[in-house]
Amino acid sequence: MMRRHPEPLLWMLFSAGGILSAMLMPILVFLFGVAFPLKWLTAPSYEQMAVVLGNPLTRLVLFGLCALSLFHWAHRFRHTLYDGLQIKHLNEVIAFVTYGVAVGGSVVAAYLLWQSP
Amino acid sequence: MSRSHAYTDYHPRWLRRRPSTYWWLEKPAYFAFILREASCLFVGWFVVYLLLLVNGVAGGRDSYARLLEWSASPWVLSLNVISLLFLVYHAVTFFAAAPQALAVHVGRTRVPGPLVLAAHYAAWAAASGFVLWLLLET
Repeated sequence: MMRRHPEPLLWMLFSAGGILSAMLMPILVFLFGVAFPLKWLTAPSYEQMAVVLGNPLTRLVLFGLCALSLFHWAHRFRHTLYDGLQIKHLNEVIAFVTYGVAVGGSVVAAYLLWQSP
Repeated sequence: MSRSHAYTDYHPRWLRRRPSTYWWLEKPAYFAFILREASCLFVGWFVVYLLLLVNGVAGGRDSYARLLEWSASPWVLSLNVISLLFLVYHAVTFFAAAPQALAVHVGRTRVPGPLVLAAHYAAWAAASGFVLWLLLET
């Protein structure tokens, strides 16, 4: 029997996370990270944020964005350590830690988005 | 790898030199590559920020106000300005790779690369416009 490799699945998660984060993160970090703190634009009121986050569709998109972006980070970071810094002897440990953080982070994201009123 | 010097004509010595750990500082193109790879750190940071934001809003009016105040503190603001640069770089490089990674066919003809790229930019603009509409509309 052929041994199934997880690499294609991990690459797909990397790719999906890459596209989703590229589409949504620049505008979000521009608004919340730069434009609102510097008062270039007015930050949404608490009521507006509660309505936006109260929508199940927003939560679903945010969950997908968080989880897939974490897998994107894990995959790219692992390969950068492997190729860039040539830490090859620790490959298993690094894979365990990076994908572990991605799984753990996804669980935290699911919990936070689920319990948010 | 064995360090044996007993090699024969049929098993020549390995000719692979281990590159320097800092090989990515040697050429601008290598440095651009490592910057692109490093963008993943900012993707990771922004997931953390987004979850703090969600948690802030979930905590009520005061906790949301505290989060906005915290976002304006010098170190968070600086980190997010750097994140913005890296995330735009991530988006541009990721979209640039899309025409090679995605072979889209309509009927029997392959959709040309520049069109695939343009579609990604159009989707990026639409997604950004939608977020602006969602958050700035009062």
